[in-house]
Amino acid sequence: MKSLTDQEVSHIAKLANLELGTKELDLFSHQLSEILLYIERLNKVETKEITPLSSITDSKNVFRPDEVKPSLTQGQALQNSPSTYKGFFKVKAIFS
Amino acid sequence: MSDNLNQLTLEQSIKGLKEKKFSAKEQHQAFLDQIKKIDQELFSFISLSESQSQETKQGFLSGIFFGVKEVFSTKDIKTTASSQILKDYVSPYTATVVQRLLDQGANIIGKTNCDAFAFGASTENSGFGVTKNPWDPSRVAGGSSGGSAAAVSADECVFSLGTDTGGSIRQPASFCSVTGLKPTYGSCSRYGLLAMASSFDCPGPITKTAADCEIIFDLIKGKDEHDATSVDYPKNTQEIKTKLTIGLPIEFFGEGIDPEVSNLVVQAAKDLENQGHILKEISLPHTKDAISVYYILVPSEISSNMARYDGIRFGQSRKFLEPEVIRRIMLGTYSLSAGYFDQFYLKAAKVRHLFLNDYIKAFSEVDLILGPVSPFPAFKIGEFSSDPLKMYLADILTAGANLAGIPGLALPAGFTKEKLPVGLQILGPHFSEKTLFSLGKQYQTITDHHLQKPKL
Repeated sequence: MKSLTDQEVSHIAKLANLELGTKELDLFSHQLSEILLYIERLNKVETKEITPLSSITDSKNVFRPDEVKPSLTQGQALQNSPSTYKGFFKVKAIFS
Repeated sequence: MSDNLNQLTLEQSIKGLKEKKFSAKEQHQAFLDQIKKIDQELFSFISLSESQSQETKQGFLSGIFFGVKEVFSTKDIKTTASSQILKDYVSPYTATVVQRLLDQGANIIGKTNCDAFAFGASTENSGFGVTKNPWDPSRVAGGSSGGSAAAVSADECVFSLGTDTGGSIRQPASFCSVTGLKPTYGSCSRYGLLAMASSFDCPGPITKTAADCEIIFDLIKGKDEHDATSVDYPKNTQEIKTKLTIGLPIEFFGEGIDPEVSNLVVQAAKDLENQGHILKEISLPHTKDAISVYYILVPSEISSNMARYDGIRFGQSRKFLEPEVIRRIMLGTYSLSAGYFDQFYLKAAKVRHLFLNDYIKAFSEVDLILGPVSPFPAFKIGEFSSDPLKMYLADILTAGANLAGIPGLALPAGFTKEKLPVGLQILGPHFSEKTLFSLGKQYQTITDHHLQKPKL
């Protein structure tokens, strides 16, 4: 396993919508590389016939009737938003 | 009895309140006095609940005050997840397991500190400060439910709720010498928990005794229509065997385990053997890989769950996320990113299956498994904080239960020469909580570790 470069770490940060400074990039590329190096030991575990397990309950799809039920009011849903406009969440424009 | 109302167990409190030996208000005041006296130093609580309804709702827990980990949504009470990004967040609704206790007449005394978003094993990752260990304030209380465990240990509340994704109830319980249950996955609703890793997260109680733990578990368990992964708890009518076969995994007592910890837990096993139980050496061969699997799958789920914190609907911008939160989001994003999914996520999900197989095989030979909770007692504040990998390895004996979704009960097992608490855990098959409690209660009738109090 090669170490992560600052460039790779920077790319991951971008995918995760995180802004990192130069110092943080250095720190995380070092720390993440070390963790990934440790994790590499999994390659030695034989898993040829093994199916992946993503949940331990047997349930597949859980359905419920499509009925309107009491829920949060508009005021409650908006109460924690830093910026609202006429009962809506206000977001930055995506298209210029 | 009325002198130390804050020290009573849940059973004693329910009885005392019912017989009117003291009032809920008096016991509440005793907790507030204790909090005022010690919590500035200890920092178990992030906030105290101000609005206490005067009229007590009638129910099994009428007048009982409990602590709630900061990752449970509580209506009209701040829910910060111990992260600066949510420092002003007030939830518009209450988590199901909390609501079930409120419906029984219990009251929230306050919200307890934890690692930010429950990411950590020491409470040092909290965005608001470190919770100290009541037994030695230079040491951590454990984590991530450190505040919940310290508050019960220091008699600041009767019991508390925590969450366990990789050991976050059992490890702080062990570090603080209290009892804690990580329930079977799905037995307690996750609705209203600030999600960490959805296929692992388990809310559960932290209490003063195994009997108390059983009371709370019975009240919070069961299917919830708001959590599709919650299940109806199976009705088990089978008698619990008086003679249980208890497995001791060789991997839990060998290399890397502090000999003092190992010796105390072996002694506990012998104490149980003297009660007629049978000890059997077993193997959980994949134990050494627990952390590798855990730190691929859990951060992967984290990176997805944490995407909601975009500063639009709630919270501040993502630059307020704590370093450990960023680390895990990055690790997960990397594991799931194009070209690496098969190598990391898929591989780890397969090894997770091997963990489940290990436990299924073990439980075909033994009824329960017993071992230490943590390889070492509470460590010094700051000891691991610059080395995240070392901190991750603290979960090596607990993460396996989360990978397999099985329940684990942590109990005080004694003290090291330095008077630091050591905890043992009893693991059982899915939905075996009743057997865990039965053995836990028996252990607490033949030992008095759980009755020891820290000098505060």
